[in-house]
Amino acid sequence: MSELLPPFQHFLDTHSDEVFRLLVALVGPDQADDCFQETFIAALRAYPRLREDSDLRAWVLTIAHRKALDAHRASARRAIPVAEISELDRRSGPGAGEHDGRLWSAVFDLPGRQRSAVLLRCVGELAHRDIAQAIGCSEEAARRSLHEGLSKLREVLPCA
Amino acid sequence: MPELEQLLRLAAQASVQEARLAAARARLLARADSEGLLDVRYGSIESPLGTLLAAATSGGLVRLAFPEEPTDSVLERLSSRISPRIVESPAALDPWRRELEQYFSGQRRSFQAPLDWSLIGPFAQRVLQATCAIPYGRVLTYSEVAAKAGSPRGSRAAGNALGSNPIPVVIPCHRVLRSGGTLGGYGGGLPRKRQLLELEGALPPTLEG
Repeated sequence: MSELLPPFQHFLDTHSDEVFRLLVALVGPDQADDCFQETFIAALRAYPRLREDSDLRAWVLTIAHRKALDAHRASARRAIPVAEISELDRRSGPGAGEHDGRLWSAVFDLPGRQRSAVLLRCVGELAHRDIAQAIGCSEEAARRSLHEGLSKLREVLPCA
Repeated sequence: MPELEQLLRLAAQASVQEARLAAARARLLARADSEGLLDVRYGSIESPLGTLLAAATSGGLVRLAFPEEPTDSVLERLSSRISPRIVESPAALDPWRRELEQYFSGQRRSFQAPLDWSLIGPFAQRVLQATCAIPYGRVLTYSEVAAKAGSPRGSRAAGNALGSNPIPVVIPCHRVLRSGGTLGGYGGGLPRKRQLLELEGALPPTLEG
């Protein structure tokens, strides 16, 4: 039943900013636009069948994460066969400004799962349970990836 | 420890350029449209009665709301009654916008752009179809419309059907008056009913509201 689902326009207005932000962090600004299309087209297809009590925010960010992985796999097929998002072109990272460059470069250096966990937590602001679901692992494993990822970032970034 | 997380959050916020996001959204809607994923489009239409909220499906105009009706509740109702795949798309309402502008400037006497009757129940359909047959500038009473709709339930049921008309002005429920010549009721308020009847030259100057 879709009785209490907000009109799609409302859903789009509420979440497009954070979806775009997460995608820029995951795949860089050049690919973010395409992933944004894929994310919301997928959301639009499934929308009428959604349960009214769904957590829409976690749902759409999970789709966005999946589309980012898809985009990465597609580009990895053309280049190095590594099915993780850690190998993305770091020059196209989100920090268009200079001073964020080091941060993003460190984020891009993380192994795929740690990077996903860090970005889903810090940019997507998802709960551990939702991060686990998005990555497809246990909640415990998600916590561990997040912790390891953040520790690595702290090593490389003495200021933080 | 929270500093690093904060730093990432701020850096990500700084990374989103509004223009880029707006372009991505425009592209999304164009693609959703071409893939047939949009069920209801809405937009506003300016009129002498105030700013109207209009919504259309692939079948036609499905809803026209007066300014007093909160946009959110109109959209929520469309969402539950028709489909939650509702997006704002003012240009999609152009065919009805054009006809309404012509109507309000006195250059049009009947509406041709298609209507979607799916918000209207079977009995109300008969009443509102009978209403659509009332020519521009003419009026009928509630019981006359009830009779034309083949209703044994009489003028009260017809009045209810008219009062729930989801597409006022275009389905001209303002042309139905109480017997004895008083205005009766109107979803958009009696001043608007009077205004429409005056526009059509149907309102005798002595008539009381």
